[in-house]
This record gives sequence, C-alpha cells and structure tokens, in this order.
Amino acid sequence: MTDTSTTGQAPSSDDQYVRFINVKKSYDQHNLVVKDFNLDARKGEFVTLLGPSGSGKTTCLMMLAGFEDVTSGSILINGEPVNNIAPYHRNIGMVFQHYALFPHMTISENLAYPLKVRKKSADEVKRRVKESLALVELADFGKRYPGQLSGGQKQRVALARSLIFEPSIVLMDEPLGALDKNLREQMQFEIKRLHEDLGFTAIYVTHDQTEALTMSDRIAVFNDGIVEQCAAPEELYERPANSFVADFIGENNRIPGTVARIEGGRAQISLADGSSATTLNPNCPQPGEPCMLTIRPENLFIAGDTLRDNCIEASFTTRLYVGDSIRYFFKMSSGAELMVKALNDSQAPVLTPGALTRLTWDLADGLALDRAI
Amino acid sequence: MHRAELSAASTGASGGGATPGLPPHSGLSAAEKSQSRRVMRRRKLLTLAFVAPLIIFVLIAFVAPIGTMLYRSVYHPTVAQLIPETLAVLADWDETGEARPSDSALNIFTVELQLLADDRRSGKLAEEINRSLPGSSSLIKSSARKIKPLDPEMLSRDGASKLLAMQPQWQQVEIWREMKLAGALFTNDFYLTALDLMHNTQGDIVARDTQIYVKLYMKSLWIALLITLLTGIISYPLAYYLATAPTRTANTLMVFVLLPFWTSLLVRTTSWIALLQTNGVVNSFLQSIHAIGEPLELLYTQFSTVIAMTHILLPFMILPLYSVMKGIDPSYLRAALSLGAKPIPAFIRIYMPMTVPGLSAGALLVFIISIGYYITPALVGGTDGQMISNIIAFHMQSSNNWELAAALGSLLLGLILLLYWIYDRLVGVSNIKLG
Repeated sequence: MTDTSTTGQAPSSDDQYVRFINVKKSYDQHNLVVKDFNLDARKGEFVTLLGPSGSGKTTCLMMLAGFEDVTSGSILINGEPVNNIAPYHRNIGMVFQHYALFPHMTISENLAYPLKVRKKSADEVKRRVKESLALVELADFGKRYPGQLSGGQKQRVALARSLIFEPSIVLMDEPLGALDKNLREQMQFEIKRLHEDLGFTAIYVTHDQTEALTMSDRIAVFNDGIVEQCAAPEELYERPANSFVADFIGENNRIPGTVARIEGGRAQISLADGSSATTLNPNCPQPGEPCMLTIRPENLFIAGDTLRDNCIEASFTTRLYVGDSIRYFFKMSSGAELMVKALNDSQAPVLTPGALTRLTWDLADGLALDRAI
Repeated sequence: MHRAELSAASTGASGGGATPGLPPHSGLSAAEKSQSRRVMRRRKLLTLAFVAPLIIFVLIAFVAPIGTMLYRSVYHPTVAQLIPETLAVLADWDETGEARPSDSALNIFTVELQLLADDRRSGKLAEEINRSLPGSSSLIKSSARKIKPLDPEMLSRDGASKLLAMQPQWQQVEIWREMKLAGALFTNDFYLTALDLMHNTQGDIVARDTQIYVKLYMKSLWIALLITLLTGIISYPLAYYLATAPTRTANTLMVFVLLPFWTSLLVRTTSWIALLQTNGVVNSFLQSIHAIGEPLELLYTQFSTVIAMTHILLPFMILPLYSVMKGIDPSYLRAALSLGAKPIPAFIRIYMPMTVPGLSAGALLVFIISIGYYITPALVGGTDGQMISNIIAFHMQSSNNWELAAALGSLLLGLILLLYWIYDRLVGVSNIKLG
C-alpha cells in the first residue's frame, strides 16, 4: 500500500472529498475481494482505478455508489460516512459500461428522469434537458429512443444523464469498454472536456492503461484486491513502485538479477550472465536480494559509437516492422528476452540474426524492482 | 452436377471476356447471372426439402381436421339427401306468401315420403324438421305410416289430396317453410344455436328462451382471465427471485418449477381431488384446528377449477417471465437508484416496463390454453366449474350433435383469434418473448 494516506492529520475537506479508509470487502466471508483499500480524492480530481479484471476496482466503485455494502472500514464523502446512506440519497452520478439507458423512454425522458424524481417543475426539467442535450451535442436527438442511437451517442446521453442532476461525484464503470478504438479516443476527450468544464469529482474504472494515463489526475493500480501504487500518470510510468506496476503500465524489458550493493543513492545490480548494471535507488530491494531490472523499450538503445551509462550484450533474433517504429528483439546469454523500440528513420540499424549486439541505456532509465521467486 | 458447374463457369468467363468494349468489372454476364440463379434455386429447394415433412404433417394433422370442423359446422346435407326432388320443386315456391306449395309439389313429396317410409328413414326427416318446428315430428311420422301402404302410381297423380285428407296440418305454410329451410345444404343454424339464437317462424333471428352457450362462453372467459391474473400475481415475484438469485439456487428452484411440468396432468389434477374433497387434506386440517365446523364444499366448484388450473398453468407464466427478467441488465435498476429514484418507484417505472414482453407472452399463453381447457374442469369442476370445451365434448360424445360441437369449437377459435388481434393492437405481438 503506497498510497500517501494522511489519516493522522487534519486536512481540509476539499483535499479529502472522497475517502476510503481501510475498506475491505468479501462476498463469501472467506475471500477478500478488496483488501484494505485507502484512497483520498480531492474535490474536482479525476481519479482512475486501474487493474486487470477481477482485481476489485469495480467493487470499490459499487461500494462508493452504495450498491454493495462495505464489509469493514468506512467510506466518507465530504467528511460524512456514507456506509448507511441508501444509494438514491448519495447524490452520485453513475455511468455504466452498457449505458443503462432506459430503453422504453426517449432520450429526453431518460434525461428528465432524475429531475422528475426530484420533483423539479416542468419548466425547469424542460430547460435543463435542453441544456444537457446541447452540452453533449445531441440537441436534435431528444425524441429518439436509445435503440435508435449509435454506441457513442448512447454513451454521451448516459454521461449527460449522470450529470444532469448536478452530482458532486460522478462514477464511471468502464464507460468506453463497449466502443471501438476511434470512438473511444473521441469520448476520452469528451469526458475530459466535461470534467474540466463542470469540475465534478470523477472516479473512473478501467482496465485500459492508455485510457487511464491520458485522462487521469491520479491512478490507483489494483492487483488482486490491493492497490499496488497510487500516483500521477508520469510517476506511475517513470517511477513504478514495483514490478507489477512496471509491467501493467506500458511495456518493459525485464532482466532478472541480484542487488549487489547500494551506496550513494545508486544500486549495483549483478545480472545472471555475469555483467552488471547501475540504477538509481528508489524502490530497490535490500542488497543480496533478487531483483528485476526493468528498462522501457524506448529507453534501450542499440549501441553505435557512443555508449551510455550501462551496457550489456545480447544476440539479435528478429525485428518487427510497425510503421513509425521498428521493434528489435534480442536474447541475452542468460535467456532474458529484450526488445528495443527504435524510430523508423535513416539511422535504424540493419542487423543479421544471431549477431552479438551491445545494448545501452542511461542510468536514470533502468529501475531495480522486486522480484517474486 | 460438378460437370455442369464447370462448364457454366467456363462459358461465363468466356462470355464476360468476349463482350467487346466493356471493362471487366462492369457487371455480370448472362451466363454468370443464370449460374447464380441456379445456385439460389438449388438452395431454396434444399431449404424446402428440410421443412417439407413438417409442412406435410401440419397439413394432415392440423389444417385438415380444423378445416373439416369448420366445414361441418355449416354443411348439413341430411334433409337435402332425404327429399331431394321435393326440395327441387319447392325452390320455385314463394315461402314468404300465405299459400302452401302447389298440389304437384305435394304429390312429389308424398312419393318421396313413401320411399323414406319403406327405408325406415322417415323418422330421420321428422327429427330434422322437429328441431326447428317442434311438434312436426309426430305429423311427419304418422303421415309416413299412413302413406306407406298406398300405391306409388296413385300418389304421383293424386298424393296431395290424400295427404291433406289424412292430415289437414299439411295445409299450413310453416311446415313447408321449415322443410325448405332445412333442405338448404349450408346452414347457419348451428352457429345461431351456439349463440343462443334461432330462426323464428317468420325467418327472423331471435334470442332463445334459455341462454346456455353465451353464458358458458362468458364464464370460460372469466375463468381464463382469473387464472391469468392469478398466475401473473404468483409468478412475477417468483420469476424475479429466480432471475436475481445466484445460479445454483436458481437452477435448483427451476427444477421445482419444472417438476410439475413433467408429472402427468391427470396425476396433478387427481391430487387436487385428494386435497379438496369433503374428507380431504384441506378440510381435515381446517377442522382439526377448529377453523371450520363442518367440511367446506371445495371440490366440484368453480373454485376448484380455478385453483387446479392455476397450479397447472404456472410454468407457462414463470418461464417466459424468467427468461425476460434474466436478460435485463441489473445496471438498469442501479442506474435508476443512482439517479435518485427510490427502489419501489424505480422498480415500477423502470423494471416493470421492461418485463412486459415476458408478462404478455405468459399471459397470452395461459389465457389461450385455459380458455379451451378440458380435462381439469371435467375432473374437478362439477357442474359449476364447467367450461365451454366440456360442452363441446358433451356434444361430440353424448348428444351426437357434431355440427353444434363444430360450431361451438369454431366460435371458440374465432374468439381466441379476436382476442389475439385485440392484444396485437394493444401490446403488439412483436413484443412477445418466449425465451
């Protein structure tokens, strides 16, 4: 648990608008689906819960929405515990993966529904539905039924409906999971725009790391019921706390090794093939313990005339032509497989299979992380 | 076959290539078109071959009997076969007037009546005419008896005066009118009877004094409606529970829903007899807890018909409801709650409209099955709980009036089609979902 939970202090309520404190959840009284989850979300922040399926992220969202009860621990919204507040009194907007637009109501009726249950006047309902349709650029679609809309349009309506009663928190459960790639990117912009314009607090669940990286202020990476790391996108990508995060976010080269010594903020790693490498200290296991040296493919280079801080040897196996880049695959004598991502320009080297090649990288680009044996 | 395809393909290619001035992708050549048509035709024939056994079966086992039934309800050739020549001359007679048919017509009738008397078929004629003109049976029978020994030659010349001398009632117009009407090959009499109507002596349609069948139709409709309502009320919460329960529980409970489905209908119905009879389980229990002083009259009532049929038809309601509810994403209800709706209004406004396809399919099934139900009312209904199908069976088996049974059955069919049509207008058949 690396979340910087500040339970002991007394911060302003805006910094801890949504709080999960030691939340646990079990469906069968035996296995914990969520193990000791802590999170503070600032008011207006966009927080993403990212993780493989079955890692407990949706359960956390459902507990916040009130559809699942909390086995242990508490959830606070604006300083108030909500464990015993019914979902319809929590005033939380929610967007579902399959939109959950009511099929027997028109788009306007769908949007009017939350206002009508709040007994707003007919004039106000009409005005706000109109504004809301304009907000998601679907002004002419009010009289249609959800079945007559495309997936992207449906999701915009679902978004509008979750915002129309001006909730302070909006939860989104894989809202773009059912859309194709182009539409997904378009909707990411749309959601970002609405978030910036309206300033609601968003808790977003996804298993798509690109989506999480592009949209979020902070990302909580879930694995098997616990949060491996909760940090801003750049930090997750550049300084992953452990090898799970390093692997889950983006691609990585993994070279098994052992920590030889740590001194002056630098760690000396001895690798299986006898060579050694130096990395910066953060998140490094104790000396003598096994570790996993990770280097992003775009930070690993095929050595030309100049060498960087670290250098190892590996034999070239094959290459993959991607278009804007070329991926080169190598194998070390210890068996570790490596990939180098190089821009497809005039300097892209031509290698023959089996050729022993030197690969090099900067000190700051390699990380020594934990290794499960 | 293979050879034909090859040659067709080659001619197609050469035909396409030989067309001068056209680019190669401008369309299909005649040979290619006919080739494609041939393939389509073969595919259609193959499909037809697959369904042919079913079509033949349906024609033989379903369309033919129902067609015969419909035909029988209007086709009634008995009288026409008994006195064909009399009817031929009566065709020219004006039955609306006050004069009886001419003597020559009466002569022909006496000849035919004598023939009938010889074959001992005069009673049949008497029975047929008596149905619409009560009292005419004895007249026809006694006339036939008296005419039998007379000389046919003399009858053909002078039968009219003999007949009138023997039985002056033959002067009256009514009997001739009835004979002419009864002689028609096609009749709506059975439909009129089935609707408690009849022709009066003036030929107008009037209501019968005793109303039987319309009342019975109304009662059947009412019982069917009651059963539909009851199954709906019982099934809805159960189906909802089944649809939301964990798979294991739902599967176990589903067996209990289906178990009575697999038990013999007769066993289930007779078990209700065991429960409801005067010294049955229900009465004994109620008496033992001193809830009642003496046994209740439960069996052989409308109550027992309704309760037994509700039990029997429950699966027909539960299954379509369950399958529709199973397909409703729980996130709809969650969405409604997150939007601020309380659980019960959300259920009514959001969930229930989505279950309409299942509910209407179940209701239509139960209603249509129950309105024509036979065995349960026959066994547990007594006189009070009889439905229209029981009277149809009575006319088929006991009174031997197949034409009336056919008319009653056809009206029932018409009633169901009418209700189906109304249902289609109100709910829409396309909304039905069985699974």
